Amino acid sequence: MQKSWRRRFHLPAVIGTIPMILVAVGVFVIGIGFSVLWSFTSSKLFPTYDFVGLAQYRRLWSDSRWLVSVNNIWFFGLMSITCNMVFGYLLAVFMDQRIRQEDLFRSIFLYPFAMSLIVTGLVWQWVLDPNLGLQAALRNLGWSSFSFAPLVDADTALYALVVAGIWQGSGVTMAILLAGLRGVDEEIWKAARVDGIPTWRTHMSIVAPMMKGAFATAFVLQCVSVVRVYDLVIAMTGGGPGIATSMPAVYVIQLITVRQNVGQGMAAATMMLLPVLVVLAFSGILLWRRNREASA
Amino acid sequence: MTAGQITAIQPAQEAPDQAGVGPLGPKPRRISAGRIGLYAFLIVAALFFLIPVYIMIVTSLKGMPEIRLGHLFNLPGEPTFQPWADAWLHACTGRDCNGLSPGFYNSVKITVPSVVISIICASINGYALTFWPYKGANFLFGLLVFGAFVPYQVVIYPLIIGLSSVGLFASLPGIIIVHTIFGMPILTLLFRNFYAAIPVELFKAARVDGAGFWRIFFHIMLPMSLPITVVAVILQVTGIWNDFLFGIVFAGRPNWPMTVQLNNIVNTTTGVREYNVNMAATILTAAVPLLIYFISGRWFVRGIAAGAVKG
Repeated sequence: MQKSWRRRFHLPAVIGTIPMILVAVGVFVIGIGFSVLWSFTSSKLFPTYDFVGLAQYRRLWSDSRWLVSVNNIWFFGLMSITCNMVFGYLLAVFMDQRIRQEDLFRSIFLYPFAMSLIVTGLVWQWVLDPNLGLQAALRNLGWSSFSFAPLVDADTALYALVVAGIWQGSGVTMAILLAGLRGVDEEIWKAARVDGIPTWRTHMSIVAPMMKGAFATAFVLQCVSVVRVYDLVIAMTGGGPGIATSMPAVYVIQLITVRQNVGQGMAAATMMLLPVLVVLAFSGILLWRRNREASA
Repeated sequence: MTAGQITAIQPAQEAPDQAGVGPLGPKPRRISAGRIGLYAFLIVAALFFLIPVYIMIVTSLKGMPEIRLGHLFNLPGEPTFQPWADAWLHACTGRDCNGLSPGFYNSVKITVPSVVISIICASINGYALTFWPYKGANFLFGLLVFGAFVPYQVVIYPLIIGLSSVGLFASLPGIIIVHTIFGMPILTLLFRNFYAAIPVELFKAARVDGAGFWRIFFHIMLPMSLPITVVAVILQVTGIWNDFLFGIVFAGRPNWPMTVQLNNIVNTTTGVREYNVNMAATILTAAVPLLIYFISGRWFVRGIAAGAVKG
């Protein structure tokens, strides 16, 4: 009895994990608590405790810049996650065909991920620059009517961000899904071949469902990076032209630094947290129920 | 499944094929339409990934007059390394014209201590969580993992206030603390999963021999932790080197890391845009993580996969 008590409160273990306690409680609980608290105040440059109820949220949802940001993140998220998964999966399937130079291809597909999103953003800013990049180059080659300048047009700038996002991230999706594909038993392929099932059918109906874990991993990774997309926007468009590529992450930072409106910034940050909380709670419940079923 | 296992499986699968074919020597490859399509797809994809960097390298070696001609894909007529020297030493952000080199040293000063401290903290966390779970430890761990999903924007402002109340905002220790905080969830997870795979008998034997918390950690667990530490170092060095948001918010102007200075140099609106210098600066900023990527090879992939597998 006494031994188990000592195991439970072994002092060095508590001391050793003091940094974890500080970060988990101090940053992720108290910090977030303060953010939410300040979203109900009229804080400007510095936090105050002058509570104004939901006024900041009302102002937030009537700010066109925020509304554009929210639209953008949905559009960007759906586009880039879909394209990323499809392209990453195609790459993984093609890489799995016992090709030559597999390592070389893998290195090429994956290296953009090693670079900063700032670098990616700048690279694509230049490639798409009408006076320097593809448009200028193809016009120089004699195709004088060629017009391709997505970054200067408010309607297309977001697509350019999606392309840059794919360039940066689809290699990772490929790597994760390839590991998933290689984890599928060779016998399944043989059995499907014996039964005369076409390869694409085997992929869609048998192998893909077996790779649920790999797909989930890649998907979660994508979601987290989409919510956090900041560097890419700053480097590539700065949120422009106008406010066409503003994102919630950019919006919050602008409010607490340039526009010195902490109250509304924290309201926006809280809105960013909300979907994350919903998804986490949902997956938490799923996990809990599965555990209960397993133990029952 | 890790990258290492994949390599181990690969030759074993091909061996029976070759044995069954009969004649010795390499199996003659069937060149079918499908095979051509396969390689065509892969090569086009590879070009998509390579062309932007090809453009950067080529342009960074040209002089400005040659760039104005607009032959984007041509090799430099008169290769010059002047843009690289300018990027390193003279490129301007506003009125300061010291190039990227101060940013490089700042990034080193930020990255090295952040990586060391965050890995020390995380390895102790993982060890304590696995072998010495006290009451509430796993709840704390749950909170920490939750932190891995939280948008940074929700915690940035409280951190600014907290750090400035102790006088560490906009300072080198401040940015190091911030990187340690945000590296902790994923690293702790990494180390916890690693230690959980170690046979618990090893730990029990050491306990029976009378070793305590720290002794077991330093004499038994730490020497075994090399593989996971390599993964953690790769993950952290690239992550911290590539960071922009925390650097610009928490480091303070004198300590701005390379990524922040790069963005300032390139997106400065005053004066003529020197594309060659800007591109050289960009390549220089990307050089460190790229070097790590090409040296570490499959370890890098393993780091991503390990970091991605939650819970």
